[in-house]
Amino acid sequence: MNPFDYARAADPAEAVRLAGARPNTKFLGGGTNLVDLMRETIETPDSLVDVTGLSRRIEVLADGGILIGAAARNTAVAADPAVRKRFPMLARAILAGASAQIRNMATVGGNIMQRTRCCYFYDDAARCNKRVPGAGCDAVGGFNRMHAILGASPACVATHPSDLCVALAALDAVVHVEGPTGGRTLRFIDFHRLPGDRPDIETALAADELITAVELPPLSAAARSTYRKVRDRSSYAFALVSVAAALDVAADGTVGTVRLALGGVAHKPWRAAKAEAALHGAPATEASFRAAAEAELMDAVGLPGNAFKIELAKRTIVATLAGLVRGERS
Amino acid sequence: MRFIINGQSVERALDARTSLLDLLRDHLHLTGTKKGCNQGACGACTVLVEGERINACLALAVQYQERPITTIEGLGEEVALHPLQRAFIEHDGFQCGYCTPGQICSAVGMMAEAGRGVPSAVTADLDGDSVDLTHDELRERMSGNLCRCGAHNGIIEAIQAAMAPAPAQAAPVKEDAR
Amino acid sequence: MSLIRDAIDAVRRLVPEALPGALPSEAPPDPLIDARRVIGTPLSRVDGPLKVAGKARFAAEVPLDGLVYAALRYSAVARGRIAVLDTAAAEAAPGVLLVMTHRNAPRLSPPPLMMADPRGAAASSLPVMQDATIRWNGEPVALVVAATQEQAEHAASLIRIDYEAEAAALSFDAAKPHAAPPGDILGEPTTIKVGDAEAAVAGAAFRVDRIYRTPRHNHCAIEPHAVTVAWEGDSLTIHDATQMVHLTRSTMAAVFGIAEEQVRVLSPFVGGGFGNKAVWNHHVLAAAAARMVNRPVRLALSREGVFRATGGRTLTEQRVALGAKADGTLAGLIHSGVTGITSHNQCPEQFSFPARHLYAADSFLITQSAVELDMVANTFMRAPGESIGTFALESAIDELAETMGLDPVELRRRLEPERDPTSGLAFSSRHLVEAYRRGAERFGWDRRNPTPRARRDGDWLIGQGVATATYPYYRMPGGEARIRLRADGHAVVQMAAHEMGMGTATVQAQQAAERLGLPVERVTFEYGDSALPRGTLAGGSSQSASIAAAVAAAQAVLVEQLLRLAGNDSPLAGLKPAEVEARDGGLCYRDDPRRCESYASILRRAGQDELVAEAAAPPPAETQAYSMHSYGAQFCELRVNAVTGETRVTRWVGSFNTGRILNPKTAASQFRGGIIMGLGLALTEETLFDERTGRIMNPSLADYHVPVHLDVPEIDVIWNDIPDPHSPLGLHGIGEIGITGVGAAVANAVHNATGIRVRELPITLDKLL
Ligand SMILES: Cc1cc2nc3c(=O)[nH]c(=O)nc-3n(C[C@H](O)[C@H](O)[C@H](O)COP(=O)(O)OP(=O)(O)OC[C@H]3O[C@@H](n4cnc5c(N)ncnc54)[C@H](O)[C@@H]3O)c2cc1C
Ligand code: SF4
Ligand code: FES
Ligand code: FES
Repeated sequence: MNPFDYARAADPAEAVRLAGARPNTKFLGGGTNLVDLMRETIETPDSLVDVTGLSRRIEVLADGGILIGAAARNTAVAADPAVRKRFPMLARAILAGASAQIRNMATVGGNIMQRTRCCYFYDDAARCNKRVPGAGCDAVGGFNRMHAILGASPACVATHPSDLCVALAALDAVVHVEGPTGGRTLRFIDFHRLPGDRPDIETALAADELITAVELPPLSAAARSTYRKVRDRSSYAFALVSVAAALDVAADGTVGTVRLALGGVAHKPWRAAKAEAALHGAPATEASFRAAAEAELMDAVGLPGNAFKIELAKRTIVATLAGLVRGERS
Repeated sequence: MRFIINGQSVERALDARTSLLDLLRDHLHLTGTKKGCNQGACGACTVLVEGERINACLALAVQYQERPITTIEGLGEEVALHPLQRAFIEHDGFQCGYCTPGQICSAVGMMAEAGRGVPSAVTADLDGDSVDLTHDELRERMSGNLCRCGAHNGIIEAIQAAMAPAPAQAAPVKEDAR
Repeated sequence: MSLIRDAIDAVRRLVPEALPGALPSEAPPDPLIDARRVIGTPLSRVDGPLKVAGKARFAAEVPLDGLVYAALRYSAVARGRIAVLDTAAAEAAPGVLLVMTHRNAPRLSPPPLMMADPRGAAASSLPVMQDATIRWNGEPVALVVAATQEQAEHAASLIRIDYEAEAAALSFDAAKPHAAPPGDILGEPTTIKVGDAEAAVAGAAFRVDRIYRTPRHNHCAIEPHAVTVAWEGDSLTIHDATQMVHLTRSTMAAVFGIAEEQVRVLSPFVGGGFGNKAVWNHHVLAAAAARMVNRPVRLALSREGVFRATGGRTLTEQRVALGAKADGTLAGLIHSGVTGITSHNQCPEQFSFPARHLYAADSFLITQSAVELDMVANTFMRAPGESIGTFALESAIDELAETMGLDPVELRRRLEPERDPTSGLAFSSRHLVEAYRRGAERFGWDRRNPTPRARRDGDWLIGQGVATATYPYYRMPGGEARIRLRADGHAVVQMAAHEMGMGTATVQAQQAAERLGLPVERVTFEYGDSALPRGTLAGGSSQSASIAAAVAAAQAVLVEQLLRLAGNDSPLAGLKPAEVEARDGGLCYRDDPRRCESYASILRRAGQDELVAEAAAPPPAETQAYSMHSYGAQFCELRVNAVTGETRVTRWVGSFNTGRILNPKTAASQFRGGIIMGLGLALTEETLFDERTGRIMNPSLADYHVPVHLDVPEIDVIWNDIPDPHSPLGLHGIGEIGITGVGAAVANAVHNATGIRVRELPITLDKLL
C-alpha cells in the first residue's frame, strides 16, 4: 500500500474542500473495498478523506419515500423498520451481500462506488483496460464466469458486484451529490456507465464529487418486493445472477406496477426495462414472465465461461416474479 | 492516536496505512485476533467495535480512534472464560483454533444483532421485530467466518448452548458417536 | 504421506532383524487394544482454554526483540528470465533494511525434496532465488525487509521487474498425449495388471466406461504460512507452522550447510495444514534475509502468497471402466488416468490407490501417468489421490448399479473381496459391510427412492447418494518418544509431533496415560519442538499410530528401568517386564493385582526425582504383512433447485471403520472436518489456473470458495470402533478418510435428485441447468 494522508471530514462541504485541495484524493467509507484495492496497489490515492462521519440518517420523507445518508451502514439500512416494510427488496439485497461484518462496516456511498471483482482487474500481472486503458482485456479469453452478458463491450466485460445497487436500480433511486460548485441529483439508473471503450470511467460522478445521500421515491408496489441472489455457495459469495423485483397484480390478474433489475450480468446494475415494458398489463402468469425475460435477455451475449447465465437469468426472473405472485417473501 | 481496547486506553504513533488488525497484532501484541486473509474474506480478524462485529483487516486504525474495541482477549481470560468460550471447548467448536477467536467474537456480535432485531438473508418475515435464531439463521449469520478445519457443527452447537437459558457449562454434551 | 517409500524400504531392510524368525503377522496384539479407562473418553481439548482465549501463539505471533518484517514479490510469468531488475526505489523507500534478489541472495544449496531425500521436507527441489531463471508464475523473485509490514509491502511493490518470457508447458490437454508413467507411485507399482481387463470389460454383460475430471484445489488453511526466524551465530531458530519439525530442521540445515543440531524448529500450534505446511521458499528466504540483516525476521505469506508460492492438489483426468456379470460381480475393473506434476517434485496424486483394494474382480488394469507442467509444485492435500480417486471410482460404481438395476449398497456387498484383491494380502481389519449396514440404518437408506428426479419439494429436487470412503493405514518409521516419570506421580511424554487441530495434545496424553496407568490429568504431552525426541511427520494420517508405537516402546524401557530400580524390597521383586502391567499409577503383577507398587513409591525409595526412558518405535512391519486400510460409507441427502441448479446438502451420515477411536469428541471433529472439505471438493472448490499464463486467478478466499457455515449441514458420524489387532492400540489414523467418498456421494445424490450425472468437479449450478 502506498503511503497517504488521512483527514476526516465533518460535513459534506469540508469533504469536498479537502478532496479538492489535493489531487489524487479518494473518499473513504468503511474501507472494505478501497483498503483492499490499495493493498493490491490497484488504487493508489495520495490522500484519503474519511466521510464516515457524514450523515447516516435514514429518514422517512413526507411523500412516503426514504432518504438515506451516504454514511449509513449497510446493516443499518437493512435493519431499518421503514426500509423493511416499504422496500423489502432493498433490505434483502443488502442482506444477501458480503458478510455481517462487512455490512457493519460498509457505507451506502461506498457500496455504490465499489469496483468490479473481475479477477484480472485485481491482478496487476494481467492486462486490464479498466486499470490501464488500452492495455487489453484478459477476461474475454480467460475466466469470465462472473462477467457480463448484457451491455458489455470488447474493451471490458466486467460486472458491477453490488447487490444493494440492484435494488436501487429497480426502485428508481435518486443519488444526491455535492461538488465544489454545489449539489445536484442524478437518477440512479444513470449513475453507473456501461464500459464502451472507456471502462475506466465507471460512473457519472466527478472525481471531486461526493455522494451525500440516496433517496428512494415512494412506490407502493415495493411493499411486495424481493431480491433473489444466485451464487456459487450458499452465502458470502458474489452474485452469478440476481433479481430485484416488485410486483403489483391488479384485481383482474394482470400486472400493474412492476419493477425489475438484474445483478451480476452487466457493468452496471441492470434495470430490466424491456421486461417491464413487456409485462405491463400482461396476465401475471409464468408464460408472461418467461416472455418478458426472453425480451430482456434477447441481446445477451455469452462468453464461454458465462453463457449459462443467460438461461439462468431468465429462469431466475420467472421464478422470482412467480414467487411474488404466490406471496412468497424470498 | 488514542485507542480504547478492552477498556484500556493506549496511545500509539501510527502510519496511516496500519490496519486495526496490524495495530492489535504487531504493535500491541494482542495476537488473539487472527489474520487469515487480509482481504475481508474469512472473518478470522473479527473484533467488536462498540459491540458490533467488523473485520479488523480492512479497517484502517486511524478510523477507529477513541471508539471502544473489544478483542478476544477482552472477552475472557483462560482462567475466567466467557460462557461462549466455555461452550466452544465443551462442544469442540474448533480444531486448529486459528479461526476460533474470530468465530467467538463474531458470535457475540451476532447475538447482539439478533437481539436488536437485525434480520438476515434467511429471515422469512422482515416485518417481525424479533428474530428466532434457528439453525439456518445461525448458519447464515455465522457465514462470514470461515473454518477450514470443519468445526462448523461444534461452533453452531456451542452458540446454541451459550444462548440456552441454562448456563453453558451445564449444557449436556451431545451424544456424538456410536 | 511423505516418506512412505522410505517407510517401506526401512521395513524391508529391518524386518528380518527386528523380528528374528517371527513373521510380523505372528506378533501379538498390543495388550492395550481393548483398554477403555482413558482411551475412548470424550475428553475436551487440553489446549482449549488457550485457543478460545486467543492465547495460543502461532508462528507469526512470536515476539522477538529487534524483529523486522519481510514481504515477497512474485514472478508474473511462468517461464523465462528476469531481464530488468530495478530495486533502487525499493531500497530508498522508508524503513527498508534489505532488498534481496537473486543478485545478492547468499549462495544456498537446493532444499532436499520430500519423498526423495530422507532429510527432505521441501515440496520442490528447485534452488531458491539463486539465478534469474523463472520456473513458475508466482515464484518469489524478490524479498524486502523493513521496519514494519506496511513498509516492506510498499517497498516490494516498487521493485521494477521485466521478464524475457519463454514458452511454457501450461495446458493439460496439450500435454496429455505426452503423459508418461512415473517409475513408481509412492513406492507402489505404477501399473497393476491382472488378466485382460480391457477384454473382460468389453465382453461383460453390464458395462460402464467413463471419464471423470477433477480440478486443482488449494488447502486454504485459515492460518497463512509464516515463519519468525532468528540467527545466533551459526545457529538458526525457526518459529514455524509446520507438519514436520524434524524434516524442516534437516532441510534447513542442508540448505545453509550447517549441522542439524544448529537448527531448532518450534511449532507448538499450527492453524491448519492439510498437507500444505511443508518447507517452501519462504522458509529459506526468511532465514537468508535474517542472516543478511542480522536481525530476527518475520515472513508471513499474504493469502495471495500462499496461492502463488505454495502448491495445492493437482488436476486429474481419470477413466473408470467396469464390466459386470449378471450376478453383480466384476469381470474387469479399469482405473487409469493422468495427473499434472512438475519436474521438481514427487507428488503423483495417487488417485489409482483405492481401486487396488476396494473391490473383487476377475481382472484389473490400474495405472496412472503424469504430465509435467510449469507451475508451482503440486503437493499433498488431504487424502491425496484417495479423495479424488474415490470420486471417479465410486461414481462409476453408482453408474454400474444403475445400469444393472441394483441398489448401490447391495452391489458393493457383492463386490466385497475376501483378501486384498491386488496384493493378495489378508486385510488386517476391514468391516466395510458392517459400516454400510450401520450407516444405512442410521440414514434410512431403505426408504430411498432409486428413481432419479422422483422426489420434490416445491422447486427443490431431493436426492440421496452413497459412496465408499477408504484411506490407507500408515505408520512412519523413525519416531522416538521420551517418558519423564516424576516422583510426584506425573509423567511428561515428549515427541516432536504436531498439533494442527487433530487433537494431538489431548489424544496423545490420553493414550500415554492409558499406557502408563496414570490418570490423564497427570500426563502432559510435549510436542512441536525439534529439541524433543524425533517426531515423524504429520501426514498420511499416520501420526497417532507413529506416536503410539514410540510411546509403547519407551514405556517398555521404562518398565525395565522401574523393575530394576524397585529391587528386592518391592512387591514387584523378581518379576519380569512381561509379567507386569501399568495400573493405578504404578506397576502390578498381571496375575495378582494385589502385588503392586506405585511409581512414586519406587522412585522415592530409590531417592530419584525422575526416571527418564527413551526409545524408538519399531519399524512398521504390520503394513508389509497385511493390507491395512480404513473404510467407511458416506450417505448424502441434498436438494437441487430445479430452476437455478443450486445444490444444498441437507443431511449426512458417515459410518466408518477406522480401528478404535481414542477420543470420540475430537475424532468426530476430524471426520466432520474431512467431510466438510469434501463438500467443498464436490460443490464449490476449484483453483483457477489460467493456461495462457500459468497464473492462478483466484488467489483469495473471496474467490476460492471453501464451504461456509450455511453450506454445512449437521453431520452425523458413527464408527464401528473395532480394534485392528495389528496396529498399536488397535487404532487407525482418521485425519483423511473423512474427505474420501464425499465427492462421489454428492455426485450420486445429485444424480438421484436430477437424473444428471456430473463427471467433472466441482458440481456447480451451471452443470445442472
Ligand atoms: C469478501 C467480500 C465479499 C463481498 N461480497 C459482497 C456481495 O456479495 N455483495 C455486495 O454487494 N458487496 C460485497 N462486497 C463489497 C462490499 O459491499 C463493499 O466493499 C462495500 O459496500 C463498500 O463500502 P465501503 O463503505 O466499505 O466503501 P469503501 O471501501 O470505503 O469505498 C469504496 C469506494 O467508494 C468511494 N466512496 C466511499 N464513500 C463515498 C461517497 N460518499 N461518495 C463518493 N465516493 C465514495 C471510495 O472512494 C471508494 O472508491 C464484498 C466485499 C468483500 C471484501
Ligand atoms: S473485464 Fe474489464 S475489468 Fe476485467 S480485465 Fe477486462 S477490462 Fe479489466
Ligand atoms: S483476515 Fe480479515 S477477513 Fe480474513
Ligand atoms: S478451527 Fe481451524 S480453521 Fe477453524
